[in-house]
Amino acid sequence: MKDELSIRGAVHTDRIHDSAIKHVTGSADYTDDIPQPQGTLHAYLGVSKVAHATLNAIDLSAVRTAPGVVGVLTAADVPGCNDISPTGQNDEPVFPTDKIEFHGQPLFAVIADTRDAARRAAELAQVDCTVLPHALDVGAAQEAGYPHVTAPLKLERGTVEDGFAAAANRLQGRITIGGQDHMYLEGQIAFAIPGEDDDVVVHCSTQHPSEAQHMVAHVLGVPSNAVTVNVRRMGGGFGGKESQMNLFCVVAAMAAKKWNRAVKIRPDRDQDMTATGKRHDFVVDYDVGFDNDGRIQAVESSFAARCGYSSDLSGPVTDRALFHADNAYFYPHVRLTSRPMKTNTVSNTAFRGFGGPQGVVAAERMIEEIAYATGRDPLDVRKVNFYGDAGRDLTPYHQQVQDNIIGRLVDELEEAAAYRQRRAEIVEFNAGSKILKKGIALTPVKFGISFTATHYNQAGALVHVYSDGSIALNHGGTEMGQGLNTKVAQVVADAFQVDFDRIKITRTTTEKVPNTSATAASSGSDLNGMAALNAVEQIKGRLVAFAADKWGVAPEDVRFLPNLVQIGTDTLSFDSFIKQAYMARVQLSAAGFYKTPDIHWDRASGKGRPFYYYAYGASCSEVMIDTLTGEYRVTRTDILHDVGRSLNPVLDKGQVEGAFIQGMGWLTTEELWWDDKGALRTHAPSTYKIPLASDRPRIFNVNLADWSENRELTIKRSKAVGEPPFMLGISVFEALSMAVASVADYTVCPRLDAPATPERVLMAVARLRAGA
Amino acid sequence: MTQRHDIRFLLNGREVTVPDVGASQTLLDFLRLDRRMTGTKEGCAEGDCGACTVLVGRLGPEGLSYAPVNACIRFLASVDGCHVVTIEHLSGPDGRLHPVQQAMVDHHGSQCGFCTPGFVMSLYALWMAVPEPTETQVETALQGNLCRCTGYAPIIRAAVAVSRYGSPAADHLNTERARVTAQLTALRDGVRVVTGPADDLAILPADVDDLASALLEYPDATLIAGATDVGLWVTKFLRPIGPAIFLGHLDALKAVQVDGDALHIGAGASYSECQDAIADHFPHLAPYWDRIAGWQVRNMGTVGGNIANGSPIGDTPPVLIALGAEITLRRGDVRRVLPLETFFIDYGKQDRAAGEFVESIRVPLPAEGQIDAAYKISKRRDEDISSVAAGISVTRDGDTIADVRIAFGGMAATPKRAAQAEAALRGAVWSEGAFEQAAQALAQDFAPLSDWRASADYRMLAAQNLLRRFFLEQDDATTAPVQLATA
Repeated sequence: MKDELSIRGAVHTDRIHDSAIKHVTGSADYTDDIPQPQGTLHAYLGVSKVAHATLNAIDLSAVRTAPGVVGVLTAADVPGCNDISPTGQNDEPVFPTDKIEFHGQPLFAVIADTRDAARRAAELAQVDCTVLPHALDVGAAQEAGYPHVTAPLKLERGTVEDGFAAAANRLQGRITIGGQDHMYLEGQIAFAIPGEDDDVVVHCSTQHPSEAQHMVAHVLGVPSNAVTVNVRRMGGGFGGKESQMNLFCVVAAMAAKKWNRAVKIRPDRDQDMTATGKRHDFVVDYDVGFDNDGRIQAVESSFAARCGYSSDLSGPVTDRALFHADNAYFYPHVRLTSRPMKTNTVSNTAFRGFGGPQGVVAAERMIEEIAYATGRDPLDVRKVNFYGDAGRDLTPYHQQVQDNIIGRLVDELEEAAAYRQRRAEIVEFNAGSKILKKGIALTPVKFGISFTATHYNQAGALVHVYSDGSIALNHGGTEMGQGLNTKVAQVVADAFQVDFDRIKITRTTTEKVPNTSATAASSGSDLNGMAALNAVEQIKGRLVAFAADKWGVAPEDVRFLPNLVQIGTDTLSFDSFIKQAYMARVQLSAAGFYKTPDIHWDRASGKGRPFYYYAYGASCSEVMIDTLTGEYRVTRTDILHDVGRSLNPVLDKGQVEGAFIQGMGWLTTEELWWDDKGALRTHAPSTYKIPLASDRPRIFNVNLADWSENRELTIKRSKAVGEPPFMLGISVFEALSMAVASVADYTVCPRLDAPATPERVLMAVARLRAGA
Repeated sequence: MTQRHDIRFLLNGREVTVPDVGASQTLLDFLRLDRRMTGTKEGCAEGDCGACTVLVGRLGPEGLSYAPVNACIRFLASVDGCHVVTIEHLSGPDGRLHPVQQAMVDHHGSQCGFCTPGFVMSLYALWMAVPEPTETQVETALQGNLCRCTGYAPIIRAAVAVSRYGSPAADHLNTERARVTAQLTALRDGVRVVTGPADDLAILPADVDDLASALLEYPDATLIAGATDVGLWVTKFLRPIGPAIFLGHLDALKAVQVDGDALHIGAGASYSECQDAIADHFPHLAPYWDRIAGWQVRNMGTVGGNIANGSPIGDTPPVLIALGAEITLRRGDVRRVLPLETFFIDYGKQDRAAGEFVESIRVPLPAEGQIDAAYKISKRRDEDISSVAAGISVTRDGDTIADVRIAFGGMAATPKRAAQAEAALRGAVWSEGAFEQAAQALAQDFAPLSDWRASADYRMLAAQNLLRRFFLEQDDATTAPVQLATA
């Protein structure tokens, strides 16, 4: 007998990922697994071998005559507009016409019978160019007088000069924060199938189907209604498939239309990592005034980012760095500026946290500086600077922090992790250990939820109830592993009070829900869950009206019980009720819509309420370093994270655990290294080292703050979870810093740059020992 | 001599014969493109991410054994006579999940799911070898599998729980062992296999003598043992490799045995195949061995190949040079023996003539009073190429250092002995001062490069510190640990 007291897969309960069984059996289809029509062709990109040059000509004769080659595509073959800038800045050609701006820049595509033939042919181009001097990083770019790729942002509150004047102490410093490759396991891929008229269908692995659709239309010079973009699932995205898939989609679509055959494009891992953007690396200069208790009086910081050759999403990314340059701390007087620098590198892009993590790292560096300058435990410095009540609750962008729970979170974690006792033990251990040194740090996170481009905060969904009572769910969000489809289906199951299994989750397609926003900014469940709920509510409204009318009861006497519908004193199964509704010609399909309320942002004045709410978290990590080699281990991490009232606690915990490890990797072993020719040399997992199973903390206690509830009317009072826990990894970076500081008796801030590779740790140890 | 011109093997439940297999054709492309078995994924095509993990069962002198390997860099020709098991073979005919799969589902071990088939295959192999593994054993088994979503914790929870879902004894690879053994035995016809187009010829010699002859016939052939390097020549650099002579299937080249005062390692023995003997006779190398690549690569790659390809950053040459290893090179029936360090002439240049191959490695067993250490420093602890690797062997006579051999990888264009550092120690009194002098002398021995793995300054300082570490580790006065625990 089925348990009739509750449905399977209700909200706020653990539910496995809807594709879990397909994942473990290898039967989950990714784009490269879709059966190919006969005659499918394969495209591959030919790329630049120099970082900066005037492009004179490309001789493709050897490419065209190579075995298996069908043809090539260059800028001249673009039927519409040769631009794929996602922010409409017209600075990102599909293929360049007159200049090369980074090493690895796609210059043309070759189309062949097989992928292997296309790859081999792509190497045969003769590029005639006049090499120009290049600037790879922000320092070189500033020296060379390179422009910003997009308008910088200034956030200002109070009078920073007055704050400095009144502060008892003041110090300046600089931190360099490295970038990060997404290293999604499934690389970029697009597969285009031509149709009649101008039509083309593109199967791909994008977080932003609508943008891909609009880009393909823009480049082909056809209306958006001719282009369909489909995404069943991605093998990881992390922001790397928000705008970066556009290039592959347009190349596949152009070729498909030109040769009227299906065309697939899949770069190899090296090309994926060199031709697509990454997390921005930053150089942050900070100037902070503080009192003798470590309380911050004034902050002035400049955030220079390596944006690459075009703007891509660098504007909103560098904006978000400033939005998070306060982390959880109140700055009485503050002035923050961004410097989105053009460089001769691949155009950097979205990556989980979207600039926020770099802002938070910079904030934590200032805390650390103050702690060493005042001789206090960094946790105490953190606490005295937390946002507080009126007078201490305004952010640098003039939004009031109304939902602050960081104090309680940190207190609970401090207790659960026995932070004080362990820190004392560590200090004692370090005094007696010549070579091995330990460190511990407890760091907070406050992260603003909403797209700062306010218009992105909208979503649509489409829900069909079929006459047999089965339900099809479609929404504008994309599934990249985060469990979005599972969560949204739980919302629908809960609203109809039917078992989860009854709901068919279908691929994301621009045919069903138009004009969607990227599945990004952690917003997937918030937006699409609400849109789906709205669709269900519309259908339920019609069903209730029908039942009230037919049974002659008041609408409030129609109740959806687990897999049943109670109408007055009658109880029907959901199936038979739906059948009756169908027979009575009730519309059983609805398009739902949602837009986030109460948010606004005026970039020119730097004021507004860009975020609907904040998500919070805290983590405490302990490390041990070897002062002879700089090698280290993370021995323990404790996490307490806020997801409001979780829609699915086990999936949310999975996000927290995974994000922590990814954040830790960013700040430890993941290093992007360019040679002097401008070529990225860490361009595959053999050279670019993301964390392995053995890198995770040996003791790893992860908990959700089960008492938290979103004060805003979000979907079931939950909170976004994708990005905020990424910044929990900062506790590892700070703990490494403490271990290094031990060699100079904790009197000098080690000023570790990120990532803290074994080399950086050892060199910092050497520097501190030498008294520099 | 009879020849065969196709490749025959078992693919899951069926015997397949593939004619005209080019040397550079990979197992992964065969599965995905030719067979449309899309459960096995391509993540990196360089043997680093493990998304393409499959099991290869091979009939050796001790019977049938299965090992996880990377299908992306495993050449199809090399699975001749083997049983290839892919993710599609795991669930029962009724669709019931395999215990490893069910444990992964129940513990939420997948998020995006792309790496998952590879993890399942590695965990499958682990469960069959060690049904109730410790967390450390799981970590070691998963060194060759990258996951970017989960942070690994749920996968490890699944791995340690698998035995609660079923016993390996009931698994079909065990229940059907006799039948598969018989099938594989029947496939062994003992003839030379020559297959593929003329410009991509694959040759599988019948035995070691046939290998020697084949190499005389094709003196410039690419020799392929585990393909963990040559695989990348194909997948990354699109380099032609034909004609290629495969040797990974030759049992006689896989022998690992003590003979007299030395361990002899056949050039075809994989890292995994010599792991037990290494740990038994050179205990200091046991943890070092676990840090060579990931499990899949250790099941394919060989010590012989690691030496023969002449890389300055191979893991085994420095530690074997420190132990005084010698190699035997063979051309036709002519053999010569040379000290390992003299094999490496310069970057990309080894003392190997056309038609010659590395046949075996002889590693002298430690003498009385000999203290050995092996160190590897890399950006990431596991599955990474070293920035600096060191083998140190010191023979003490009371308080005096009677003899010393120190070799480094990553410090020069070849794996190389540190002559000046050795000189500083040889005959010196065992003391911190002597090792300090040796550390200073390293600056005369080496002028390392800066690259993406490490800067020259770091390499030098870390190398010097490894000599300091060796002293502290071995000195009686040291009480606290001077190296991070391995697990």
